[in-house]
Amino acid sequence: MSILVYIEKDQGRIKNSSLEAVSYAAALGEITGDKVQVVSLGEAVEGEAELLGKAGAAGVIQVTDDRLAAGVIQAHAEVVAQVFDKVKAKTLVLAKSSLGDAVAARLAVRLEAGMATNVVGLPDLTDGFVVRRSIFTGKAFVDTGIHTENKILAIKKNIQPVKTDGSAAPVENVTIDLPGETFSAKITGTEKATGEVLLPEADIVVSGGRGLNGPENWGLIEDLADALGAAKGCSKPVSDSGWRPHHEHVGQTGVKVAPSLYLAVAISGAIQHLAGVNASRYMVVINKDPEAPFFKVADYGIVGDAFEVVPKLTEAINALK
Amino acid sequence: MKILVCITHVPDTTSKIKFTDNNTQFDKTGVQFIIGPYDDYALARAVELKEQSGGSITVLNVGESDTEPTLRKALAIGADEAIRINAFPKDAAFVASEIARFAKEEAFDLILMGRESIDYNGGMVHGMVGELLGIPSVSPVMKLDIEGNTATISREIEGGKEFISVDLPFVAGCQEPIAEWKIPNMRGIMSARSKPLKAIDSETPGSKTETKKYELPPAKGAVKLVDTVEELVDLLKNDAKIL
Ligand SMILES: Cc1cc2nc3c(=O)[nH]c(=O)nc-3n(C[C@H](O)[C@H](O)[C@H](O)COP(=O)(O)OP(=O)(O)OC[C@H]3O[C@@H](n4cnc5c(N)ncnc54)[C@H](O)[C@@H]3O)c2cc1C
Repeated sequence: MSILVYIEKDQGRIKNSSLEAVSYAAALGEITGDKVQVVSLGEAVEGEAELLGKAGAAGVIQVTDDRLAAGVIQAHAEVVAQVFDKVKAKTLVLAKSSLGDAVAARLAVRLEAGMATNVVGLPDLTDGFVVRRSIFTGKAFVDTGIHTENKILAIKKNIQPVKTDGSAAPVENVTIDLPGETFSAKITGTEKATGEVLLPEADIVVSGGRGLNGPENWGLIEDLADALGAAKGCSKPVSDSGWRPHHEHVGQTGVKVAPSLYLAVAISGAIQHLAGVNASRYMVVINKDPEAPFFKVADYGIVGDAFEVVPKLTEAINALK
Repeated sequence: MKILVCITHVPDTTSKIKFTDNNTQFDKTGVQFIIGPYDDYALARAVELKEQSGGSITVLNVGESDTEPTLRKALAIGADEAIRINAFPKDAAFVASEIARFAKEEAFDLILMGRESIDYNGGMVHGMVGELLGIPSVSPVMKLDIEGNTATISREIEGGKEFISVDLPFVAGCQEPIAEWKIPNMRGIMSARSKPLKAIDSETPGSKTETKKYELPPAKGAVKLVDTVEELVDLLKNDAKIL
């Protein structure tokens, strides 16, 4: 039997969260004795087979079809369902993401699979199949038992280090017949920042809040993010006011992040904001109000004016290079 | 246009999350329940679409009788009728199966719901309903316009958005800024009292998953406050070992 991993690509690279999913599947395969197969949709990226092999894949099923490059949800689900049967998989592993969620949900029905999302660890197999997942937007965990033979696990970012000691995986090119109705939702265009670190994928995130007073001051956040190689985020009022695009909005109703470092500048730390960042390994807060609730959950903090502290911090970080 | 809006009944975002019965049950004591914030966006957009081109809005929740005040609130915001499928919502597949069964009989033009619930954060129900009904599903939707039989959608992707054109009927998982949350006014609250709220039986047998035990994350240690950026850089380098 095998474990199938659905991966995603961005700007010509395999997403790091997808490599984490491959390594998670490899760790699971070590327990269950299953081999890891990866289904790769659209154009292969440079060094793909090697990278996936290192991360733990035993084989790659490459499905190249020009129509699959964009995120056509139903077509992706159709391809993965057919490959799932082909490789005789019982478990599908993927990284939680806006496309992954949409595809996995349809697959759960197709494959009659029990599904767990936001999985934070390997399953416990002593009494059935029990996985721990994050719920209540990071405020609690639950152990969920899955009863079905087919299973789908959508794993949370940053819970599985990417393996680099595997060997290159053989690639099999497969053509899949896709019924026309799987393309009934048509992608007519995309609008995407290029060359930027993707917020949900980032290892470091620098976020700015309403305390920065306006979009004209965002150079402060940009410079610090550039110095750190970080992605940029913001609080809800900042995206609500149009100071920053919506895909940078972090929190309960925005993007949930789990970076190694979350740096919050002039954000008060409302419970709804914290819900989106509480899975970060380290949190740093810069705020002029010593009573700001964010200090109660942060690891490190500076009480001070962002307009003075942030440029100095950027300078100090650039000086390290 | 006949619109179905599926809503969750979830703890208010400021609730303190705790558990009882040896960590096997969610503790509802002192918790205020609300329409899921994402579902609330879906409902708000449904009300706007109805204002533009007429039609009707059915609001649906899979839940036990304690969710009825939440359904009444949706009626006050602008839904025309409410359906409660009487069952404890065991998991996403269970809820999706109940919604699809109901929707199959009613032939809705459009099925809207939030991109995810804020209790289990699965983000699965819209896709499952789409697959069960054999129609497209799109999520997370941040803009939705309908002209004739065709919808124009902006879907949020990491780092930007994607534009989609899709014919009715389909399912959408909604998020901001699709519409602004609507607060019920006095007239809405009064008229909600006489709008129909019907409870129907559930038919889905069992579920594919089972909740074993809950756990709270460990408490955070105290923050280390420093005065200078040099001290902060030193902590990030030598304590957290990030830089
Ligand atoms: C259902 C619901 C969902 C929500 N979802 C989200 C969500 O997903 N994400 C989210 O962020 N919010 C969300 N909110 C809103 C949330 O409650 C807060 O209103 C919001 O997070 C506040 O944003 P802020 O911290 O940027 O602004 P404020 O609360 O106004 O805080 C600004 C902070 O900046 C500090 N400051 C001001 N000037 C300076 C300076 N010169 N230097 C340093 N510090 C300075 C102030 O001391 C203050 O702490 C939600 C609310 C609700 C009701």
